[in-house]
Amino acid sequence: MTSTIVEKIFSGKCGREIRAGETVMAPLDGAMIHDITGPLAIQKFYEMGGKKVFDPKRVIMLFDHQIPADSIEAANNHVYMRKFAAEQDIHNYDINEGVCHQVTIEKGRAAPGEIVVGADSHTCMYGAAGAFATGIGSTDMGFALKFGALYFRVPETIRAEVSGKFQRRVGAKDLILAIAHDIGADGATYKAIEFTGKTVRKLDMAGRMTLCNMAIEMGGKAGIVAPDKVTWEYMKARRKMKPFALDSDPDARFAEKRSYDVSDLEPQVAVPHNVDTGVPVSKVAGTHVDQVFIGSCTNGRFEDLQEAAEVLGKKKFSPKIRTIIIPASRDEYLKTLKAGLIEKFVKAGALVEAPCCGPCMGGAFGLIAPGEVSLSTSNRNFKGRQGSTDGKVYLCSPATAAASAITGEITDPREV
Amino acid sequence: MAAKKSVPVRKVAPESGPVAKNARAWKFGDDIDTDAIIPGRFLTINNPDELAKHAFEGTRDEYAKKVKRGDVIVGGRNFGCGSSREHAPLALVGGGVKVVVARSFARIFFRNSVNVGVLPIVCPDADKIADGAAIRLDIKQGFIEADNKKYAIEPVPEFMQGIIDAGGLVEYAKGLKETPACTR
Repeated sequence: MTSTIVEKIFSGKCGREIRAGETVMAPLDGAMIHDITGPLAIQKFYEMGGKKVFDPKRVIMLFDHQIPADSIEAANNHVYMRKFAAEQDIHNYDINEGVCHQVTIEKGRAAPGEIVVGADSHTCMYGAAGAFATGIGSTDMGFALKFGALYFRVPETIRAEVSGKFQRRVGAKDLILAIAHDIGADGATYKAIEFTGKTVRKLDMAGRMTLCNMAIEMGGKAGIVAPDKVTWEYMKARRKMKPFALDSDPDARFAEKRSYDVSDLEPQVAVPHNVDTGVPVSKVAGTHVDQVFIGSCTNGRFEDLQEAAEVLGKKKFSPKIRTIIIPASRDEYLKTLKAGLIEKFVKAGALVEAPCCGPCMGGAFGLIAPGEVSLSTSNRNFKGRQGSTDGKVYLCSPATAAASAITGEITDPREV
Repeated sequence: MAAKKSVPVRKVAPESGPVAKNARAWKFGDDIDTDAIIPGRFLTINNPDELAKHAFEGTRDEYAKKVKRGDVIVGGRNFGCGSSREHAPLALVGGGVKVVVARSFARIFFRNSVNVGVLPIVCPDADKIADGAAIRLDIKQGFIEADNKKYAIEPVPEFMQGIIDAGGLVEYAKGLKETPACTR
């Protein structure tokens, strides 16, 4: 029989052949909780009669959505979680490390062939490390913490084969916005999306993370890239693992095969209020913006910030708007700092914050007022996502965000 | 602190079922995301009753004031897309809503709903149900009645029925000593 990567991962964990469509109780290699969904997960764990988590070494905790605590309620949630971490001997990265998904991958908490769950929808990002990773709710997480296993309906796979060379200033974010537009907001519901093809093979880990991060925006249960040299090189410093082969068989049964050629792909912008609304930047160029956010688990890595800095060059950000830049993790922050880019951004007029989710979720800071427009490198532009339901959020790449922050209106990064 | 207490789930009287006798439909469109159901700025709240006060805030402000115990939410395609926040179905539970009917659901919301005791029901004709319609639900016969018109509903996936029958995943899990991995 031939299998997809996802089928192989489940078959490997369960020691028998498992096909898409089957429902299995699968063992977990890792579980991640953060400050928003964690308190409820812990509550549910206790309600289920939980005393000790299944394996403290496989569970991580961190705070990223509302840090440093922006309200007494948030502070209380943090206190509650810290207590749980201490009691359970779980590693707590607390407020120090950055956005949960970036940190989980960086710390080697997701690796090829593993099954990892996180109480956050963008957990699908760990597919960039060759893991099967999916976002779950708090009650499922309570169950996962107690039993170290969870029910999964093993998903069918949509294979997205990408070819062609990106134009200058066009990259992974533009590609995934184009794919989301093609597949639609629910086109991959309950399915995995496997990104493959020469263009994906040439992408660095940062780009692969951007792709996998947004699988959920098509309803996907997971995004995944078969591990290759790039993956194993990245894993080297993080895990003691011998590289092994893990890929879909060419004649595996896929739900769908789609192909994309990026040679002519223009920078993409998703317009309000859905993620699958991507259009070429030329269609919305000139739209006034009030705030530009460069950061998040989708696009807050050093590579993203480097691209933004390149677009910025010796120019300044428009003083008429707010430009907020937030590296996704402490490691990414340090790389950016050492490269002199933080100084450059600050001097150009940006507000650079410490690693956290920032304005992405509209929970902590950086909210927009009624009538305001945000241009953001994050992953969601739902009505009210970044503040007022009478505001608007557009999504784009770091290059487009930087170009637009210079002019104060949506701008093609190839023209700056 | 709210987070330490167990979640007080409002129980609907068993004789009335999850849908009240005088239930009305609260109709929403396609792609209703969990940010619309409960905005991010309220996620420090973990208590369903408190969350319910902010349900659909900014999207449909009258909802939180007027929703009655046993009412039914009706959505279009891809209901509950976006964030994994369980606060979304909990905000419905807090208002006494135990049934959501939609043409289709986003995966995490679907699971979260079942886990916290909200029944997500797929109805291919959900779009035909009008806002404010009088609702009656007959799960055994497999239909929903809206203003005296019957529409077929789909059965819940088999493996989730056990969780529904237990009254949610917490109750289901209490009955388990261990979970033999790799079994059904």
